Amino acid sequence: MKMTGAQILLKCLEREEVKHIFGYPGGVVLDIYDELTRTPQIKHFLVRHEQAAVHAADGYSRASRKVGVALVTSGPGATNTVTGIASAYLDSIPIVVITGQVPTALIGNDAFQEVDIVGITRPCTKHNYLVKDIKQLATTIHEAFHIARSGRPGPVLIDLPKDVVQASIVPKFPDGIKIKSYNPTYHANPRQVKRALDMIRVAKKPVLYTGGGIILSDAAEELTKFADTLQIPVTSTLMGLGGFPGNNPLWMGMLGMHGTYCANMAVSQADVLIAVGARFDDRVTGKLSEFAPHAKIIHVDIDPSSISKNVHVDVPIVGDCLDTLKQLNDLLHEMPAKDWAAARRPWLETVAAWEKDHPLTYTWSDTVIKPQYVVEKLWELTKGDAFITTEVGQNQMWAAQFYRFNKPRRLMTSGGLGVMGYGFPAAMGVQVAMPSATVIDIAGDGSIQMNIQEMITVVEYNLPVKIAILNNTFLGMVRQWQQLFYERRYSATPMGAPDFVKLAEAYGAVGLRATKPEEVEPVIKEALNTPKPVIMDFRVEPEECVMPMVPAGKAMHEMLLA
Amino acid sequence: MEPRHIISVWVDNTPGVLSRVTGLFSGRGFNIESLCVAETMDPEVSRITIVTTGDEQIIEQIIKQLRKLINTIKVQDLTEVSHVEREMALVTVKAEDRSRAEVLRIADIFRCRVVDVSPSTYTLEVTGNYEKIGAVLNLLKNLGIEEIVRTGTLAIQRSKKE
Repeated sequence: MKMTGAQILLKCLEREEVKHIFGYPGGVVLDIYDELTRTPQIKHFLVRHEQAAVHAADGYSRASRKVGVALVTSGPGATNTVTGIASAYLDSIPIVVITGQVPTALIGNDAFQEVDIVGITRPCTKHNYLVKDIKQLATTIHEAFHIARSGRPGPVLIDLPKDVVQASIVPKFPDGIKIKSYNPTYHANPRQVKRALDMIRVAKKPVLYTGGGIILSDAAEELTKFADTLQIPVTSTLMGLGGFPGNNPLWMGMLGMHGTYCANMAVSQADVLIAVGARFDDRVTGKLSEFAPHAKIIHVDIDPSSISKNVHVDVPIVGDCLDTLKQLNDLLHEMPAKDWAAARRPWLETVAAWEKDHPLTYTWSDTVIKPQYVVEKLWELTKGDAFITTEVGQNQMWAAQFYRFNKPRRLMTSGGLGVMGYGFPAAMGVQVAMPSATVIDIAGDGSIQMNIQEMITVVEYNLPVKIAILNNTFLGMVRQWQQLFYERRYSATPMGAPDFVKLAEAYGAVGLRATKPEEVEPVIKEALNTPKPVIMDFRVEPEECVMPMVPAGKAMHEMLLA
Repeated sequence: MEPRHIISVWVDNTPGVLSRVTGLFSGRGFNIESLCVAETMDPEVSRITIVTTGDEQIIEQIIKQLRKLINTIKVQDLTEVSHVEREMALVTVKAEDRSRAEVLRIADIFRCRVVDVSPSTYTLEVTGNYEKIGAVLNLLKNLGIEEIVRTGTLAIQRSKKE
């Protein structure tokens, strides 16, 4: 039977088990939108800006383990997706972005709403396609999903010219996808794994430094087992939070620029550093030449290009984090038991002392709300079980420091690209994936204004997302740098905001405000009991800083503590 | 100066692949000294020969990043193996009166071919490795080069001799 391009596309999405897509229509995707009316098994969420569609697909993917899908039109529709795509690329999130394109005969003519989106997104997608022939359509779509979700995951873009969508053929749907030039290594080389384990077993001061790879490969349990067995203290990147339980005694907190004193000192003193699914980002390492100066480094990553990119690695292991940790645990299991707790005692006591000397803390105030207190209360009142998204800046760091994530896939944040405006649309995507879960966007008054237009989307689809704005009337993180390094010259950081309570009401959502510390708890409780979207406007201390802080370019042990 | 590497990249012969490769170099701040591309015996596969410079860590990254491209089939650093390399230049040299014979003498010494003649110029085809082309051009420069066009370096691994 003959099918149109639009029908083939939707059939392929069904075959990929896509249930939800986020998008925005336009001239060249009219046929796809028309076909959607006859495809009840796929629910489309109409956003108010294409960037939000991509962040929503990203959040959806992180929460659900599925490939997130966004559908937009050509030209500005396509260019508006770029920030979302770049964010998913840097965080290795599997999404497929489908863009309309002008008819093939017009490509290259500077036609209305034409843009070379394949050219534009080449450096920020894992791969991308322009489909010029309807015969390639089905295979291309399945390839795109395969590439997005396999190996080191990432965004894939498919550009579909209008005439391809309108043409029709008798389609052939491929049974399986094989790409001869693409074959990620999942199974780590057992010899390297053995070498790593030998090194770990004789280490006196080992540290596990884990990242988003733990979350993406669902390796949290194996990681916990490994760390518990060998009694190795664990720190993680922002992307790795929740990959190891925040209430486990071996947990040291996040490392890096706003990491804990304990984690940064432990890495600085470690003799063996085991990096699993992390990529030695500059926000983690600080001054590279002084990062983990005493440590032999073991690095597990599915992407060979991550290994020895920034630091020299002694034992490289290319493979899936889950597979590698399983191999390590199996090897350990075969070995004679040893009292690791006793062997590790001196090191763990040192670590505990660091933690005791300089815990994560803040100065309490009876009169002004401290932003950290809001995050602590959110954690307490949700029993640490909410899905948290963040914007970028101080709100993001306080969420990372004070919401003790115990489970993977509970924190959605734009870690690599650092996109202000990510958290709210991402929360929307999470809520679609997890309809009955509590989803909270921890936001700043600056970043929430970057995608505030989605308020109407969550109201319209009755997605009861909660937004907690830590409203300090500044672009807080930039202000913090100005305070610390630019003698308090607050250039372009004091920032006006609308009345968020009225704004929420104007959109048909609920707005709540707390201006004093004692109002924080009642506001959060009321928000959590409201089955609608809620904005909580917390008027917090305007000049609070995120501490500790490793100034950019400094070594990790050179932290500012307060 | 940092060591020169000749890297062969086998890629799918599809539109946009070259731009993926060159975009990777410019985006990550790697050098391209020269670049040649053409189809292989298999019309679905193209072979790109890139000459680049960098320390060991950079070359390792270049190779890994190239392998990471979905359209890349194989990457080989030919500098690491025994190989033959060639480059070609077409050079139009001033050749009037006295220098007319001198140009031909240089062409003869370096086994260049004369591919075009005019009353006041010769156009020479020079082939050889990077150094040889440099040596010829250096000599011809004194006689007056009017125009020059060069290919990038091509290289192929030497076959096993047993």
